[in-house]
Amino acid sequence: MSYHANIPRRYGTNDLPQLSVAVRSALGTIWHPINSLLEWFGELGLFVWQVLRSTFRRPFEGLELLRQLDEVGSKSLPMVAMAGAAIGAVLALESRHSLVRFGAKSMLPAAVIFSIIHETGPVITGLVVCGRVGAGIGAELGSMKVTEQIDAIEASGVNAYKLLAFTRIVACILMLPLLTLAADFCGIVTGWIANTAAEPVAFHKFIHAGFAGTGFSDFLAPTFRTMVFGLIIGVIACFQGMRSQGGTEGVGRSATSAVVLSSLFVMLADVILVKLILVFFS
Amino acid sequence: MTPPATAFTPPEIARSTKVATPDSVKKTSANPASANPRSASPAVVVQGLHKSYGEQKVLNGLDLTVGSGQTVAVLGRSGTGKSVLLRLIVGLQKPDAGTIQMQGQEITGANLEEMNEIRKKIGFLFQHAALYDSLTVEENISFPLRRHTEMTAAQRSERVRELLASVGMEADLNKMPSDISGGMQKRVGLARALALEPGILLLDEPTAGLDPITSGEIDELILKLQEEREVASIVVTHDLHSAKVIADRIVLLHEGNAVIEGTYEELEKSTDEFVVEFFKRDS
Repeated sequence: MSYHANIPRRYGTNDLPQLSVAVRSALGTIWHPINSLLEWFGELGLFVWQVLRSTFRRPFEGLELLRQLDEVGSKSLPMVAMAGAAIGAVLALESRHSLVRFGAKSMLPAAVIFSIIHETGPVITGLVVCGRVGAGIGAELGSMKVTEQIDAIEASGVNAYKLLAFTRIVACILMLPLLTLAADFCGIVTGWIANTAAEPVAFHKFIHAGFAGTGFSDFLAPTFRTMVFGLIIGVIACFQGMRSQGGTEGVGRSATSAVVLSSLFVMLADVILVKLILVFFS
Repeated sequence: MTPPATAFTPPEIARSTKVATPDSVKKTSANPASANPRSASPAVVVQGLHKSYGEQKVLNGLDLTVGSGQTVAVLGRSGTGKSVLLRLIVGLQKPDAGTIQMQGQEITGANLEEMNEIRKKIGFLFQHAALYDSLTVEENISFPLRRHTEMTAAQRSERVRELLASVGMEADLNKMPSDISGGMQKRVGLARALALEPGILLLDEPTAGLDPITSGEIDELILKLQEEREVASIVVTHDLHSAKVIADRIVLLHEGNAVIEGTYEELEKSTDEFVVEFFKRDS
């Protein structure tokens, strides 16, 4: 049997070059996004390496770190607190409705508090910070990149990775657990308020009932997993900002991609970390 | 190893085509590094510099020597690699091939820490000044002083005032970069570039986008600084008049290579087709 016998009927042997072109085009269409993805991860790896290299070298940029702690922490606090409060109230209202139907109304404080400290508090905090801080860092560093301010920092003999990226990443890592605590607290308070509106109960009784079956590890591991969220938000936002190009449009793209990608990676990390926490802390 | 000061001493080669190879660069001065009586040893020596972006070759074996205290203007059409040359010299990008020596020190193989030490000796004025837009004029100029010197706040403030006075901007200390004009931003950028008293000054189109009067003021400022401080300067510009005023030597780039170098008067007399065309268009 000749080699050409396997070619589908609508292609004649004379069409072989066209078939080859069609296959090449199809392969190109598939390969291009894979290639871009690999390039992105490669550049991200190099970026992380540059930041890691700068981590243990002087100067430690204490002043800039303090400024970034304020920028990431105190300026995100109102939004995180409001999001936590809203989630707490909604959880209490929704849970009450369901638990009453199944005759488990007494479980409401535990359900609300357990849900908030385990999942909704950390995730809501992570996503709010993705939106506020991720967009801010992406736009700020993107703007600095396209106006050559980052080049000017480097040209003046200052490590831009240390000054701009390291400080923002560390600020995100340190502030996420604290912001999560704030979101948890606000969520629990509004959960109690929502519950009290339907059926008055003293705050200390609500707290006592809620934390009755909860151990320290239930609180610690989920709260500190937000440090990983902080790492992801800081790294992705700084990376997207510092590779920005193409003028104001590029800055917009950097800000958007910083939010979208960091949110995506935070959710992916959440799935993995929840599984790990269940394995190691249950 | 100290590089030879006579990197451009081959005999003048008459050329009939526009494009030059590294060996065919016309030298109108016998020794470019010593064309200026102020110059002693070379401050910057660039040899066989190649840089490409994908398929596009930007620099194609460029050679350039700048003596201490000498000002060299680099001219050429857009996209001939003038700004890329400055970015390679300051280490913002790596060349594909070739060597760059700054005050006798090879920099192309330097790591980030070594490069940062070398950068302290270089003042760089960016094309659009690149002032830090979240800092005031004073903070912009004190940025390199705060990072690289042991000066007290009072000493820094004094130095900033002195630098701003030298560029005629002492009254705008507390203004934000967005509140001052393009020409004023260039002046502040120049003051920032001079903050650490660099031995080498790289100016990327210092007069681009400015009106003729402001351009003239910037040129006068650069001349004044040359008289006051013995710095080696490389000035990338499209402005032939500015190059005539401030430069000891002019290097004309075309297709990634120096096609000719010499004084303004020497270039003006050149019969090279590209040089003639360049001067004719400008006039």
